[in-house]
Order: sequence, then structure tokens, then C-alpha cells
Amino acid sequence: MIQHIGRRRAALLVAAAAATGMVVSGCGDSSGDGAGDGDKSVAVSLITKNSTNPFFVTMQQGAKKAAEAEGVKLTVAAGKEDGDEAGQVQAIEDAIARGDAGILITPNGPGVNPAIKKARDAGLYVIALDTPPDPANTVDITFATDNFKAGELIGKWTATQLAGKPATIALLDLFNDKVVSVDYNRDQGFLTGMGIDTADKKKNGDEAKTGSYSGGSYTIACNEPTNGAEDGGRTAMENCLTKNPDINVVYTINEPAAVGAHKALQAAGKTQGVLVVSVDGGCDGVRQVKDGVIGATSQQYPLKMAELGVQAIKKIANDGEKPKVSEGLDFFDTGVTLVSDKAATGVESITSADGAQRCWG
Amino acid sequence: MTTTTPPTTAAQQFALRRHSPLQRVQHLLHAHPAISPFLVLVISFVVFSTLNPRFASPNSLSLVLQQVAVIGALAVGQTLIILTAGIDLSVGAIAILAMMLAAKLAEGQGLPGALAIVLAIAVGAAAGALNGALVTRLKLPPFIVTLGTLSVFTAIGLLYSEGQSVQATDLPAVLSWTGESFPVGRFRITVGVVAVVLLYLALGFALAKTAWGRHVYAVGDDKEAARLAGIRVDRVLLSVYVVAGAIYGITAWILIGRAGAASPNAITDANLESITAVVIGGTSLFGGRGAVLGTLLGALIVGFFRSGLSLAGVDDQYRVLAVGLLVILAVAVDQWIRKVRS
Repeated sequence: MIQHIGRRRAALLVAAAAATGMVVSGCGDSSGDGAGDGDKSVAVSLITKNSTNPFFVTMQQGAKKAAEAEGVKLTVAAGKEDGDEAGQVQAIEDAIARGDAGILITPNGPGVNPAIKKARDAGLYVIALDTPPDPANTVDITFATDNFKAGELIGKWTATQLAGKPATIALLDLFNDKVVSVDYNRDQGFLTGMGIDTADKKKNGDEAKTGSYSGGSYTIACNEPTNGAEDGGRTAMENCLTKNPDINVVYTINEPAAVGAHKALQAAGKTQGVLVVSVDGGCDGVRQVKDGVIGATSQQYPLKMAELGVQAIKKIANDGEKPKVSEGLDFFDTGVTLVSDKAATGVESITSADGAQRCWG
Repeated sequence: MTTTTPPTTAAQQFALRRHSPLQRVQHLLHAHPAISPFLVLVISFVVFSTLNPRFASPNSLSLVLQQVAVIGALAVGQTLIILTAGIDLSVGAIAILAMMLAAKLAEGQGLPGALAIVLAIAVGAAAGALNGALVTRLKLPPFIVTLGTLSVFTAIGLLYSEGQSVQATDLPAVLSWTGESFPVGRFRITVGVVAVVLLYLALGFALAKTAWGRHVYAVGDDKEAARLAGIRVDRVLLSVYVVAGAIYGITAWILIGRAGAASPNAITDANLESITAVVIGGTSLFGGRGAVLGTLLGALIVGFFRSGLSLAGVDDQYRVLAVGLLVILAVAVDQWIRKVRS
């Protein structure tokens, strides 16, 4: 107990110290201190969607580590919540005012675009992490998971697991009041992986509700929003089961939503024979795979995104060398791996034990 | 309906004769604030079960109960505060703070589960006490106080939990016990739902049958009059905030069972949704009039709209639209009732 109070106090102290540090370094910057080992002092801002999603928490930790190793001055900021564009715009303006060399941002929506343009006009190099803005050329480059491929992998896995059985599918998405690329890329990727024709690739819920997938016939029972959180995942799954109690495939936008969905399935006594698939590959999620809660998950690598981002901006600031996009894509692919303990023929995957070695959060 | 309270004296009979039917309705609504939300609930039940018969199934209704449990529990505390003509914007923040503190300390069985629950309730009560102290000692408006503590409690919760959630599997089983369910006839009820019902019964009794309850209404209706009547206004106010805070702590426990994790991302809309339930439930935002029973109905109405429209295949935005209109209607009815009274 005492230890914990100590930890809490320590956390507050760290926060206070960080705040003072930011103020001090902000003052120092305007006088242009060139201290360091030969290199120009480089300052970078990391702006995530929020500061609670483990994915972004990990991203912040990765950036801090890389910044320390590279001798880069890092400022961490975030929106108040997923979708908070105004908070991010403010953080971008701060970065310009501070004279940062570059910005790493996970954009919350198109409302951030004008601020990004302002930053680039002011000479800052802007890298989008995880989520490409729309249009993608708003930023200099994007370092991200191929979210469509992440969805496709779990879709293919699901199709082979069903082995020809009819599929009754619940699609537990992120939002239904906002259009976000991660949301539709994963959802549409999943359907494509299942072998289901999607209509508009940038739109959820417009595909035919019944038809055939690569292994047999399918029915889509629902498209429900989860907000990417456990309580939202549970409510969404409950609503889906009310609409169609025969659901045997559950696609979830991320692992917290999958945990909530599992709770609802458990309460309805329907965990047997239902495949739950997800995307993220956080340590909690990988453990859910091991425990059999999640059948398969596509693992992404936020630490890598942040580290590469920090390194890239330092390189540009020092020698002007710019990063390049991956072949055939309009962004730099930081990789995705399927994690499952039930290998599916024709789909490459690693076990939950291997996934645990590379997980984050 | 007037037979429930027959006019006894000649004067009362005379007064009643002079009232138009509309005025009688007005008086009825004034005497029983839960009538209008009850009617809305019944009407929405009929409409939604006509649109999709599955809505009226025990299974679907059980789910509505479970889905509104968390907001319903928070709304009990919110009702208490609104009855005193206050408002609490920090409901969700207190519940999350209590939940994250208790969960982090109990993670990996660091702290026994029962102790973690007691701690959650204590943290909630302490947070409520801080709100109450700021309202009564510094004489700050509740809106301002809780607007400030909303940020303070959210930040402490995030700093302490480092923004990360704790899975229920890492917690002592008793913490997620509220998510366990058992059959009641063809319904499935969770421990959390039972806890919420008990909360409503306890608070309903305390408000209607105890001196403390009468004092809460009196303070909300007219602070100065209450003071002149010998009620220690500040003490009553402080007690209301402490009790509300403790209720948010209990809600934290219900939330863990519901979500399967202690997550700082949960119940982001709790503040507005709890106020919505209270207002639709017929409790006056201006204090002194209303009851927890109405709030329960208000929370159920919101749950009925969510589930009913979803089953009818209607876009979710229409639920948001409908609930918004209901809120405006509820406040309009409240104003109308107040006018005739004077």
C-alpha cells in the first residue's frame, strides 16, 4: 500500500517535472542552444489521438526511448479523446511555435489537415503514424500498419477455420457516426479476406447482407459501434445477439472490444463454436488468444512506428535524407503478423507464445 | 385518478370543482413526478414491440436492464444533487478514479477484493466530500466546482493508472462478481442489476421516509426557507455530495463486472447521460421536485430507445435525436407544472 502511494506520488512528480522541463526547454529553444555532440539539437513533437489507448501509450513510450537514445528533444501531446481534432490542432500550433524540426502525428480527423499544412509551410517535417490522413499527401509520409491487410489476415483465417460452414457474422466496428480509415480498412479487409464482395472500400455496412464467401454462404447480422472499449464491445455484441442469436463469427475493431464481446457471448452461453477475431496484438490481447477468448489477432507494431519516426526526423534535420514509402503502397509499412494458436492452411501465423515476445502495452 | 386522494374538506372540493381537466392533470403531475416518464416508457414499449416483436422478449429486456445499470446507478447520485438544485459534472470522473485506484491496488491480488471494493466506495465518498466542501465552504456554484473536479479527478485517474486498463482476469474475482448473472423466470439478471435496484430502493426510502430526505427536498426548494426552518443547510448539502460520491464508488464495481476490465476509457458520456436520465425522469433541474423512481424510468427510457430503434433497424442517430427531444419536452413539462403552482 505504502509502495503504491509512493508510486502515485512519483507519477505526479514526474508529470510536474515534465511540465517544468517543457517550460524550461521551450525558453531555451528561442535562444537557439546548439549544445550536444556535434549534431544540431533536434526537437520532435509526438501527437497521439488520446493518452489512454494502450496502443498510443506504447507509442509514447517508444518515442521517449528513441528520443533518449538519439538525443532528440521530445514533446508528447494528445487529443483528449479519439476524434478530438481541436486538441491536436493546438498541439501542432505549439510545435510550430516551439520551432520543432518535425511532428509525428496520429491524426484524429480531417479537421487537423489545415494545421498540418501550416506546420509544413513553416518548414516542419510531418510524419503520420498509424493512421494516414485523408488525403494521404497531407503529410510528408505515413508510417503505419497496413490495416486492410491486418483485416484481410483475420478474414482469411476465419474462412479456413469455418471449413465450408455457413457464416453468420457480427461486425463490431469503431464508430458509426464518424468515418475513420482504420475503421473501414480493417472491416473491409476482413470481409475481403473472407472472400465477401465489398461495395465501397471506404464505407462500412454497404455490402450485401447475404451471399457467399470463399467457403460457403454468409449472413451479416449487424454493424455495431464499440468506441474501441470493453463496455462498448459488450453492448454492441448484446445488440447483435438480440438481432441474430446464431452468430458464429465476430469481427472486432480491437482487442478491448473483443473482450467486451466475449463477455456478452459468455453471458448468453454462446462462447462454444463462435470465432472471435481482432486486430492489435497488445500483450493483453495476445494473452486472450492464449486463453482462447480471441481466435486470432493481427499484431501491429506501435513501438516501431514511433522509433522509426523519431529517427527519421533526426536524419532529415541533420542531413536532409527523407524516408521512402514501401513498394506498391502509399505509406511505409511497419508490418503486421497474424497471431493464433490454431494455424490455418495458406495463412502464415505465429503462436501466442511468439506473439507475447513481440507484444506491446 | 383523483380517487387516490379524495378531497375531504368542502374548501378542497370547491377548489377541485374550479379546476379545468388540464389543471387537474397539472396537479397530478405535480404530486407524482414519475407519472409522465412512466407514460413515455409504456408508450415506447408498445411502439417498439410492435416494430419488432423480439424487443419484448425476456432476453432483450434483460439486456436493456444490464445496459442501463451503470448509467442508472450514476444517475441515483446525480438525482440527489439535482434535487438540491445543484448539478454534478464529475460523476464519470469519480467512478473511473475509484475504479482505477481500486483495480490497480488489487491487480495480481495485491489487495484483497473486498478491501478494493471498500476502497472504491471510500475514494468515491472522499471525492464527493471534496465537491461538497467546495460547494458549502467556499460557496462556489456546483456547476463550477464539478466542472473543475471533472478535470482534476480524470487527470489523477489517468496519471495513476498511466492510461492503461486492468483486465478482469488480473483482478480478484469478487470485483467482477457484479457481472455474474442468474435466471429469474425467463429473465437473466446480473448481480450488478440487483445492486442498482437496491440502490434505488434505499435512496427512494431515504428520500421519502426520513427526516434527511425531507431536508434534501427543503434545501433544494428554497435554501433560505430551509435555513429559517432550522435545517442545517450546509450539512445536508455536504451529506448529499458524500452519499452521491459513495454511489459512484459502488458504480465502479458494477462497471468492472459489466465491461470485463477496469478501463480509463469507459463511460465517456456518463455525465451527460446521467443528467439526461434524471431530467427525462421528471426531476426538476431547479431543485426540490422529483424522485429517484423517475430517474430509474428515465434511464430505462433511454435504454428502450437504444435497443428498440436498433432492433427496428433505424440508424442510431435517430435515437440521439429522439432522446434530445425528450429532454427538451421533459424540461418544458417541468416549467409548465411550476407555473400553475404559483
